[in-house]
Amino acid sequence: MRHGQYRFIAGFLAVPLVLYAVFVISPFIQAFYYSMTNWTGVSPQFDFVGLQNFQNLLHDSLFLRAVRNNVVLLVAMPLLVILLALFYAFLLNVAGRGSGAGVRGVRGSGFYKLVFFLPQVLSVPVIAVIWAVILDPTPTGLANSVLRGIGFGSLGWLADPNLALYCVLWVLVWGSVGFYLVLFNAAMSSIPRDLFEAALIDGAGRVATFFRVTMPLLWDTIQTSWVYLAVLALDVYALVAVMTAGPGGPANSTQVISLQIAQNGFQFGRAGYASAMGVVLFFFTLLIAAIMLRATRRERIEY
Amino acid sequence: MAVTTRTGDAGTPTPTPPRQAGDGRGTGRAGDVGVNVFSHVVLLGWTVMVVVPFAWALLASVKTSPEIFGSPWSLPETFQWSNFARAWDKGVGQYLLNSVIVVTGGVVLTMLFGSMAAYVLARYRFPGNRVIFYLFAAGMMFPVFLAIVPLFFVVRNLGMLSTYQGLILVYTAYSLPFTVFFMHAFFRTLPTSIAEAAFLDGCSHTGVFFRVMLPMARPGLLSIGIFNVLGQFNQFVLPSFLSPEKPVLAQGIATLLASQRYEGDWGALFAALTIAMVPVVVVYLLFYRQVQAGLTSGTLK
Repeated sequence: MRHGQYRFIAGFLAVPLVLYAVFVISPFIQAFYYSMTNWTGVSPQFDFVGLQNFQNLLHDSLFLRAVRNNVVLLVAMPLLVILLALFYAFLLNVAGRGSGAGVRGVRGSGFYKLVFFLPQVLSVPVIAVIWAVILDPTPTGLANSVLRGIGFGSLGWLADPNLALYCVLWVLVWGSVGFYLVLFNAAMSSIPRDLFEAALIDGAGRVATFFRVTMPLLWDTIQTSWVYLAVLALDVYALVAVMTAGPGGPANSTQVISLQIAQNGFQFGRAGYASAMGVVLFFFTLLIAAIMLRATRRERIEY
Repeated sequence: MAVTTRTGDAGTPTPTPPRQAGDGRGTGRAGDVGVNVFSHVVLLGWTVMVVVPFAWALLASVKTSPEIFGSPWSLPETFQWSNFARAWDKGVGQYLLNSVIVVTGGVVLTMLFGSMAAYVLARYRFPGNRVIFYLFAAGMMFPVFLAIVPLFFVVRNLGMLSTYQGLILVYTAYSLPFTVFFMHAFFRTLPTSIAEAAFLDGCSHTGVFFRVMLPMARPGLLSIGIFNVLGQFNQFVLPSFLSPEKPVLAQGIATLLASQRYEGDWGALFAALTIAMVPVVVVYLLFYRQVQAGLTSGTLK
């Protein structure tokens, strides 16, 4: 019996583990190794160069530009998405007609959730194409025609180096709010009703209930969301690759780390150098997760 | 809105005791209605922001290029159904076929191997169990771009660049972390008594898994299955590096956008977009509860 059990376990784990090891774990480990070589990706020969690639990265103005853009997204995107999603979740839950105790929800909240979530299920290229055309810089572009309609002039949108990154940021936020709305909403519905009833007895209004009862109980979810959104902002690729001119333009105003990895690794024949960028990205991710989990740590509330 | 509510509260000196839902809340009827109208206006505002781009894209798929840019808000003079034929000829048919083949293979393998691994990790104690579980779980956090360059060479050395089997195996491997994580939690919640009864009846471990546990796990399998169908159908990063010569639909859309910048056949581009959007939206509308539950449960620990 015992022997048979181990054979069964091994038999069930073998294929998934081999697949995972070959296509996921080994490339991750190789990336760390290649990051210390001058491998071109073309020739089978390469030398071990130690930390040279990382030193070069420090003086690579294009890469630093990409890091700076990633940091802008990293700070702004999670903040905007969480604020908007919380605000909408608040409206859905707290402002409901006769929401005697907490989470009854506004009429039609199912419909709102259905619609808000929609961008999440469509592929990024689809979204990128739609927005690339909407944000057409010509005066007849859709966004510009709206601006004209309300009495403003045309903008350059994705063609304007000062604006392009914010267009990317907007599309990221636009696509993510629905997901986090549904997430926060689910977390809110798992809060026991008696807590809201108790708050009500104590004379708390809607706003007070939201900030004093709901928010603290949601803190864990918000914190996890923050980490996920930060990883998303660091990993952004498809949107920039499809939507921006170049991609990464105009004038490198939308360069991001992932784009630099793709260009160095596959176009410029600098596989080792690109791997070094990947390693930087990895430690960035780790650092962000650690900081967020630490900085936002609060006493956990069990209920 | 905050002001409205506070005023309402101040006008009610004694807190009203909780009543049945459907009652006012002590803020007064007028405050209630005000809050309600405000929230509907704001929520409808975002609804418009979400729906208009998609509706506009759908509309553009039956317009001519001059109409799309010249009169972006009006209906077409005649419906240009030929946009779809031209999109199909530009390769969308082939891209769609590639996507369907790869996603079918990828999801079948993901579900099979993912639930096998999750089941063993959830229900059997053996040395190394925790290590393997965390190895899978860690895969959810790491940036794909760290691995993409070496992964390209792994796939190339196996002779699988731009092949169906290459994409299927890579999709499966990259879908395993979340699938294992999700199904692991699910198998833990299933009762043990039925499995024990099956063992007493002489069922083997494998038999118990396929005949007892998998059927009981059907709701979980449905959620994660739909999640994987959507996720793999929408995959763009992996195929754009690993399958440049056999593009899937998401890549095809990106390529079409690039080529329309000089060809100028925008109607066909939006027809292609529509072909890419409609199946996903239909799946979403049919299963939106499972989709939302599946997608969000990963984040909610």
